[in-house]
Amino acid sequence: MKPILTLTLVLLSIVILPKYTLSFCGFYVAKADSKLYNKASQVVIVRDEDKTVLTMANDFKGEPKEFAIVIPVPTFIEREQIHIADKALIDHLDAYSAPRLVEYFDDNPCAPIIAYEAMPAPPALGRADFKKSHLGVTVEAKYTVGEYDIVILSAKYSEGLETWLKENGYRIPKGASDILGSYIKQKMRFFVAKVNLKEHSKLGFSYLRPIQVAYESPKFMLPIRLGTINADGPQELFIYILNRKGRVETTNYRTVKLPTAMDLPLYIKGEFADFYRAMFNEQVKKENMEAVFLEYAWDMNWCDPCADDPLSTKELGDLGVFWVNDDNPQPLWLGPGGAQDLFITRLHIRYDARHFPEDLVFQETGDRTIFQGRYVLRHPWSGDENCEAAKMYKRQLRERQEQEAQTLASLTGWNINNIRKKMNIEKELKTDNKKWWQKIWKDQK
Amino acid sequence: MALNLGSVEFPLRFMRYDPRMYQITVLSALLVYGIGWLDFEISAVNASVILISVLLTQYICTYVFRLPKYDPRSSLISGLSLCLLLRTNSLLLVIVTAFITIMSKFTLRWGEKHICNPTNFGLVAMMLITDLAWVSPGQWGSTAFLGFLIACLGGLVVNRASRSDVTYAFLVFYITFLFGRALWLGDSLSIPLHQIQNGAFLIFTFFMISDPKTTPDSRAGRILFAFLVAAGAFVVHFVLYRTNGLLWSLAFFSLFTPLIDLLLQGHRYEWRTISKPILKEQVIIQPQRH
Repeated sequence: MKPILTLTLVLLSIVILPKYTLSFCGFYVAKADSKLYNKASQVVIVRDEDKTVLTMANDFKGEPKEFAIVIPVPTFIEREQIHIADKALIDHLDAYSAPRLVEYFDDNPCAPIIAYEAMPAPPALGRADFKKSHLGVTVEAKYTVGEYDIVILSAKYSEGLETWLKENGYRIPKGASDILGSYIKQKMRFFVAKVNLKEHSKLGFSYLRPIQVAYESPKFMLPIRLGTINADGPQELFIYILNRKGRVETTNYRTVKLPTAMDLPLYIKGEFADFYRAMFNEQVKKENMEAVFLEYAWDMNWCDPCADDPLSTKELGDLGVFWVNDDNPQPLWLGPGGAQDLFITRLHIRYDARHFPEDLVFQETGDRTIFQGRYVLRHPWSGDENCEAAKMYKRQLRERQEQEAQTLASLTGWNINNIRKKMNIEKELKTDNKKWWQKIWKDQK
Repeated sequence: MALNLGSVEFPLRFMRYDPRMYQITVLSALLVYGIGWLDFEISAVNASVILISVLLTQYICTYVFRLPKYDPRSSLISGLSLCLLLRTNSLLLVIVTAFITIMSKFTLRWGEKHICNPTNFGLVAMMLITDLAWVSPGQWGSTAFLGFLIACLGGLVVNRASRSDVTYAFLVFYITFLFGRALWLGDSLSIPLHQIQNGAFLIFTFFMISDPKTTPDSRAGRILFAFLVAAGAFVVHFVLYRTNGLLWSLAFFSLFTPLIDLLLQGHRYEWRTISKPILKEQVIIQPQRH
């Protein structure tokens, strides 16, 4: 019964979405996840209606006692609204949604053409105290959660808040005062966290775990302005948004899809990380550093090809996907068009104060079209049969390789001659100088 | 208002007879730019279906509502605006939106006027009915903003006889609100500047709120209307924290246009068409007292 069901599902998926089936199979070989960047922040936003769960991870590498964050939040935050997450959750989400490299192997051109084989089914889804200070700053609550000491502040004046933060050992960069003032007037609270060294050593983690905050607010935004003040150069930010409706985009910046489904030279297999970084640089340049890049938009029931397994019900619950739990688990994989109750949007942003003056504002769209950053390697057929088709294949192969070199050069800005050299192909494709009519009558001298 | 056409070159003169021709040209150019360079999420198929649907609906309505003749110009403007703003993956929803956009002109009427700008009504109705249609205000970016602005301002020059006052008033009020907010918050002025450098904002200001067939008849009424729409949009964005405030606000306050007309009476607008004889010093707006 089971094989029949599987086969039916596979056939169904082919009938419903033949284009999809044909274009996406291939063997996954590598991914370009956020670890390629030295200083990248990662934020997971789980959102349904106004209910929001924010998970923030920072790859802070200094001494824990040096770590401190100030995050504007739209509401007061109770102790129960804060949680410390496992870093592995974000790593898994990052790996699952990362741009990926896949490879294909050309068939023997001399062999008869066989009808397209159905792709294998993707794997099933694994399953306070209130104290008013003279500065106009109110400490609304103080919590120790995991390795962090957290304070929720509200303030009347930015200068007061700045002084309070400085007095309490937070290093506030110059220029923060104006931005803090703006958030104060917008009635934002401040979520301020430091590492509690005693708890940190007791827990024994060698890194700082992500902080999670759950709140309810119509504001669907991410404050990035404070982060731009003391940054030396542009910053890298990855945002993963998990929601029910569909793809999420920014309403105050252009959201642009990363170039995808390009055929690349084979040697990229060993240099995928370099390729991805160079390609992203080029795209940022092309958009004058004013755009947000879409890297992945997918129904979280499945993936194809999978850079990593979809997240289990438990992992999703831990990330704050409150509508998926043991009583209401993510359904088993049903393929495209299956039960759809969780959609992921992965955005990658390189930002600084000049190009991103405003905080990011998001909106959910009804767009459930799947998208992934996916790059393709096509291994040539290496047989030695010598039929007509094989001769034709070899001619086309050379053109294809030249095309791959040009694609790579235009995506990354790399020198085309260096690319050709690495590919072991001649400098220029020898062009056929014959006029078209000279090719018609082959017996003519 | 009088127009002297004696010294004007032919193309400009042609467009001056009917400002809609200029609008169609600018909107078409924006659409080509949006699809070709900004990767707008609208396929050529969807755009064609929108345009065919609006023209077809207009054609059918011409017969059903016994209009003297078929005039595709206004519906083409509505269709092009829908192409620029409406986003959906469903062809059916595209057709439904085009249909209700044009139908609203014929059915939602108060006296001689239709109540809502058709494109505005079509978009807001669809956003209310379904999650599967949306407007993407951020997709324009600010790179080509200056070009858009010049094209839109060009419209005001060519079109100076029509009711540009509502556009000017709206620009003044809305920009004042945005800059006022930034000054009050102590924000850098690059923030409100970034907020207005947006193609969707320009389309709204120059092609939607300015629709002479739906704005109040009197100048005082139009300025009041512009104020209300600007204030409403501001509230949606910065108090309710929802997107597309301009569209929601215009749709809401359009419902009050009959009331504004009742309180502040003025001239009714008529599109000037090329078929009517043009004489030197001819009055382009034909006043109809009521």
